[in-house]
Amino acid sequence: MKTTSWRPIVVIVVVLAALVYVLPTLQMVLEKKESPTLWPYNKINLGLDLQGGMHLVLQVDTDKAVENTVDRSFDELRAFMRQNDIRVAALKRTDATTFTVALDEREDADRSKGLIADEFRDFNLEDRTREGQREIVLQLKPDEIERVKKLSFEKAVMKVRNRVDEYGAREPDIRPQGEDRIIVQLPGVIDADKARKEIGRTGNLEFKLVDETNDVRQALSGSVPPGSEIRYYRKDDPDMAGRPILLKKETLLTGDYLSEARVKFDPANGQPYVAIKFNPKGARIFADITEKHIHERLAIVLDNEVYSAPEIQSKITGEGMITGNFTDDSAKSLALVLREAFPTPVKILYEKSVGPSLGEDSIRKGLLSMLIGGVLVVLFMVVYYRGSGLIADAALLLNIILIAGGLAAFNATLTLPGIAGIILTIGMAVDANVLIYERIREEQRLGKTARAAVDAGFDRATLTIMDANVTTLIAAIVLFQFGSGPVKGFAVTLSLGVIASLFTALIVSRTIFEFLLTKRSIKTLSI
Amino acid sequence: MQIIKPDVNIDFVGRRRFAYFVSAILILITIVSLIFHGGPKYGIDFAGGAELLIQFNQPLPIEEVKAAMNALQLEAVVQKYGEEAEDFYRVLIPAAVAEQENLAQTLKEGLAARTQRQVTLESFEMVGPQVGRDLREKALLAMFFALLFIAVYISGRFELKWLLSAAMAGALAFSVYILRLAHLSIPMLMLAAVVVTLVLFYVLNLKYAMGAIVALIHDVIITVGFFSIFQKEFTLPIIAALLTIIGYSLNDTIIVFDRIRENLRKYHKLPLAETINRSINETLSRTILTSGTTLIVVVMLFIFGGGIIHDFAFALLVGILVGTYSSIFVASPILLAWQKRK
Repeated sequence: MKTTSWRPIVVIVVVLAALVYVLPTLQMVLEKKESPTLWPYNKINLGLDLQGGMHLVLQVDTDKAVENTVDRSFDELRAFMRQNDIRVAALKRTDATTFTVALDEREDADRSKGLIADEFRDFNLEDRTREGQREIVLQLKPDEIERVKKLSFEKAVMKVRNRVDEYGAREPDIRPQGEDRIIVQLPGVIDADKARKEIGRTGNLEFKLVDETNDVRQALSGSVPPGSEIRYYRKDDPDMAGRPILLKKETLLTGDYLSEARVKFDPANGQPYVAIKFNPKGARIFADITEKHIHERLAIVLDNEVYSAPEIQSKITGEGMITGNFTDDSAKSLALVLREAFPTPVKILYEKSVGPSLGEDSIRKGLLSMLIGGVLVVLFMVVYYRGSGLIADAALLLNIILIAGGLAAFNATLTLPGIAGIILTIGMAVDANVLIYERIREEQRLGKTARAAVDAGFDRATLTIMDANVTTLIAAIVLFQFGSGPVKGFAVTLSLGVIASLFTALIVSRTIFEFLLTKRSIKTLSI
Repeated sequence: MQIIKPDVNIDFVGRRRFAYFVSAILILITIVSLIFHGGPKYGIDFAGGAELLIQFNQPLPIEEVKAAMNALQLEAVVQKYGEEAEDFYRVLIPAAVAEQENLAQTLKEGLAARTQRQVTLESFEMVGPQVGRDLREKALLAMFFALLFIAVYISGRFELKWLLSAAMAGALAFSVYILRLAHLSIPMLMLAAVVVTLVLFYVLNLKYAMGAIVALIHDVIITVGFFSIFQKEFTLPIIAALLTIIGYSLNDTIIVFDRIRENLRKYHKLPLAETINRSINETLSRTILTSGTTLIVVVMLFIFGGGIIHDFAFALLVGILVGTYSSIFVASPILLAWQKRK
């Protein structure tokens, strides 16, 4: 007799492992908990198509970021020329990344070029003479373009992340993809309209009044007056960093109306400040606010951090200014942040949002077809193969447990096509048993004993079963590589199902047969 | 219990000409249907556009939904969704108008205002043209790679010529790379790759691989044909179903081929046609049973799985049926045709 004592041990170990991984999810579902509390804390996640939620693919307009950089340099160049008394005949943008300076003919071209080259190191300089006039062409260096694109993309990812956190989505998943795409997944019940708007918007600039009538310390101790809120100064402010301030909740004006932000210097004391310009509608609102609330303090809040809260000195029409404890650099970075607060550098390329009731319906229908299909297959196997059919059914049941265990072990996501994959696996898993049983019947017809027929049946069918499953596995793996979202879920359950059915048919059912044949010394097969 | 008696002996090989005729007709119908409909009907995954599932709080005739959509000027296609009462609809918006901002909100509010009903947006999907193009390319590449890997596996396993099949894969990848330099469109590239594969099999004398791959292509074409005739949409899940069919319909073919090889050793004096026919008959019960159990679950999925999964189940249903047929009537006779060539 062949000793094959390793098989029962492998079977027990694998089954136990699958159960250990499935239990936390089971406990979570039964006790209706948010996350598992049992070791090893793995769980099967539900895809957005089943639990409802929103999936977005965003594209960051990094070209726009480059354009903004060039715009800014163009302004700086103009100021630089004035500061250094370089006489310019014409200054113009030639394309997205270049501009041309036509020098006044009295100017020493080489000196000017040297000065510009020193200051604008991110540009490639080239000078040429056109119609007797010396021109300097500045073009943004390719590395710099790459750097700006990369930086703006990273910033956009961060911003979307902050937005989503603020929005308070449960278990959001935000990940960059490629050079300019962001994938956002928000599971659960969400207001899609609101989420879309929130995420699409970038820097969140708000103007709010300071609540002077209440004490911030009292608010901090717990009694925040209704209509007010506590905010903190930005973390890199040299004096005020992290200090609390009490603001009125109402937002008087947002950055959506902003059209320009740049650094300027106060001629009186040389202090840098940020000059801001609104579009006509914004300018009107701003004038109204400053007129109505004169001598009150107006806080400038960006992404919930307070930048400064200057007193309104007079009604401001047209250009406003943000003063504060700025150094040259901090003023520059604020202007940058404000400029980046300009709307729409992020576009929605793909969106899918599913309501929770549709997801529930999908789960219900998926489980129903799984149940009916499963019961029919189980009955068929028993009717067709009797006792051996029962063994195949036991293997099938185990198969489903193994798939569930595998899903949990990999923290995989179950989608609706994924459920379809499990259903398909139920039909395919018994295929291997069918192949083995048909072979056993054939061997029996040749007059072999039960024992010999079983051995021959398993041995000869094994290779065919392997081949048949390998091809399905190849298809599933290719699908996993190329598929996305729900389809990937199908590839995962199909692959797990194929591997599990190899195990249950070739090892588990053989173990059961061997146990029955040796320990119970059964002489005739019920097949 | 037995459905097929062990001593069954049907002359499959003798009827192969009739089978060729049936297959040729089905493939012809596919081609005519594809030409007639101007190519396959792409779902929004591939064509771009938007799809919405909307539910009204009270039933509303489809004409009124259509009228309301027309009033919103969105060129939408409105379909009743599910078997339930007239309150659940599927709305398709073409790519040209789908990209406007806040489409979902505009539509929901516009519909609610015009129909005087409460509207719930059960699902909203918007695919920009770029994403559609990417997905189309990915789907075709997936089909191509699945065919390539399976071809290599089959030729390696059945002819035990792993080195040759690896070399073949290299040659195929190389020729596709060259063709790609010529800026062929992806569908043409696919076609070229398939032709190159078949030519390579022919030249390298890989007959089992040839039989398996021809059967696979046969199955995929006819499934695509059914989709075209019933004007069902090609979406990513359908591509997944086609790939599954590629993987699964090989199972039956492998079962038959394995038996043919076994019998060729056992009865080497018999004429090939008889060996093949005998092998098909010997494995007939398992061919039918394995496909049968899978068909049971797929039919249940088709009936009870709900609207989202309906077409997916349909593709599997057609694919598995055609795949079973082709492993008996297409794959094995090709071995015979090969023999006669010499």
